[in-house]
Amino acid sequence: MAVPMPSASLELQHDWDVPEQVGLWTDVWRRFRRNRLAVGGAVIVVILILDAALAGVLVQLGIIQDPIKQHVETSLAGPSAQHLLGTDYLGRDTLSRLMFGARISLSIGILVQGIYVLIGGTIGLIAGYAGGRVDNLLMRFTDIWYAFPDLLFVLVLVSVFSPSLLSIFVAIGIVNWVNLARLVRGQVLSIKEKEFVESARAVGSSQIKIVLRHLVPNALGPVLVTLTFGIPAAIFLEAALSYIGVGIQPPTPSWGVMIQDGYQAIYASPLQVAFPGIAIAITMLSFTFIGDGLRDALDPRMRR
Amino acid sequence: MPVPILRVEDLKTQFFTSRGVVQAVDGVSLHVNEGETVGVVGESGCGKTMTALSILRLVPEPGRIVSGHIWFRDRDVTKMDVEQIREFRGNDVAMIFQDPMTSLNPVTRVGIQIEEAMTAHERFSARDALGRVVPLLQRVRIPAADRRKEDYPHQFSGGMRQRAMIAMGLANEPSLLIADEPTTALDVTVQAQIVTLLKQLNRELGTAIMLITHNMALVASICTRVIVMYAGRIVEEGPVGQIFKNPQHPYTWSLLRSVPRVDETRRSRLVSITGLPPDLVRLPPGCKFHPRCAFRVDRCSEDEPSLEEVGDRQVARCWVLMRNVPQEAAKELEAVTISQEAAQELKAVSELEEAADGS
Repeated sequence: MAVPMPSASLELQHDWDVPEQVGLWTDVWRRFRRNRLAVGGAVIVVILILDAALAGVLVQLGIIQDPIKQHVETSLAGPSAQHLLGTDYLGRDTLSRLMFGARISLSIGILVQGIYVLIGGTIGLIAGYAGGRVDNLLMRFTDIWYAFPDLLFVLVLVSVFSPSLLSIFVAIGIVNWVNLARLVRGQVLSIKEKEFVESARAVGSSQIKIVLRHLVPNALGPVLVTLTFGIPAAIFLEAALSYIGVGIQPPTPSWGVMIQDGYQAIYASPLQVAFPGIAIAITMLSFTFIGDGLRDALDPRMRR
Repeated sequence: MPVPILRVEDLKTQFFTSRGVVQAVDGVSLHVNEGETVGVVGESGCGKTMTALSILRLVPEPGRIVSGHIWFRDRDVTKMDVEQIREFRGNDVAMIFQDPMTSLNPVTRVGIQIEEAMTAHERFSARDALGRVVPLLQRVRIPAADRRKEDYPHQFSGGMRQRAMIAMGLANEPSLLIADEPTTALDVTVQAQIVTLLKQLNRELGTAIMLITHNMALVASICTRVIVMYAGRIVEEGPVGQIFKNPQHPYTWSLLRSVPRVDETRRSRLVSITGLPPDLVRLPPGCKFHPRCAFRVDRCSEDEPSLEEVGDRQVARCWVLMRNVPQEAAKELEAVTISQEAAQELKAVSELEEAADGS
């Protein structure tokens, strides 16, 4: 180790020494924007959200047809000028039903994440930060929860509550928060050992402040990615439940219900299964691409 | 008469691991006076950092302060409750850590982090705290402070981050700043800037500084008093000039010999201390340094010496003391080490030449 010598003046920097101000999230956005698939996914998701929000208005304006109104005389029609995507076995307009179905799928996909954060996030945060016996207790509870087969668990819950949008939403949330709890706990465990947490303690920051200011923001990246990947999973689960018949109840259009309806006449008009299937696939892919893009954008090693 | 602000009495901090009890700090007593600069030196794992963390009651699991008292003015830190200790940290004694790269929260703006250090305490109102950020950054010589306070830590260089850390440490005007290896992660020119800054702050604000380091040169340039630690205990203590000129403990003597010097002739070689610091779970009997000591006598492996006065305000924990070692013996030790190293170097050179001939 060489001998440090007292240095010359420290104040010789000028204005041009100050680099451009780039916030963390600005930086993340820049990198996200460069990922074409992710941007494509985001565009599709925005379109889906707009469509779900405006479906009711579009019906009122007569631009699309009523999704519930039956026209038995034109059942199982192929695509035409009047029914762009044809009709189902009761003669209901498939395009309109798809658009209304998006409402259910998106709201379940996104809102369920809120339950994950509420239950899983809180449990993970407390377990990771408190450590010791509290951690052990909470994580064993989580393990037990995880041991239940999810689909069966959801089925039981939904049939107990009687099937409705709310019960599906709650059931999926209650069953699947486990992964998030584990992730958050792991994040918190590693972050709380970081030196900046110790230095926050050394200047006298309170526990609550350390959790809210240091732990939560630093754990946000991976949590966001996981939540994004959780959306298609929840959408898929809702479709599966509706297909089995314990999910959304007819005549309310949901993509799962539509596949079930189409399945009844799959030989007469296979398109009626294909359209909702494609809608689910596109939505899931879009969210997955967004998740991938976010993960890369949040990874500091990808910084160029 | 200097007023002591911090008095540590017979502090013992131990870690209860599966291997056994690690005696990280074993009976340390020390004091820091108002406005004083004290250096604490020793190898890695000798208990310097644990002493500092004990003072702030930040000893990590599974460690704990087993006995002893830490008096800050007239309050015993070891007896404070959770809220008192939180108020004490940063307000009375602040600490800055070794690695400025990881000591700032990467997702929060630097200015906000400094402000937070103040709002954690009652000394400054929220408005005053906000207003103090820029002057604090200017005080630690951050250029264009009013704009740089909006930066995130990754936009700061290593030296700037360490200065921001110092600003955070000083935010509440503590009477004592503990700096744990504040320059280790920085390159030499930046080290020099930080050293100058610490010296200036000590002079301007009268903040006492406890500098923890293994860098003897750093101690020489800032501190007035130095404490040498080995195996969780103090082995020598005294005014810097005296310790550097007349080290009495063989460990201090060896430490000083192991520092490379710019002004030394090319012929002289570095002396290293043979062996490793002892395992803190199974400490050797007697003097903890005796297995590595070149000047040991029989007694060293049996009885542990206590800290005895060996000069004006200088104490050492040794049965032998360097002043009793004949000059020739010390010289000889250096000569032996040097000839060994010289032989190795010669061998390396000849191997290189052979390799060159072969190709």
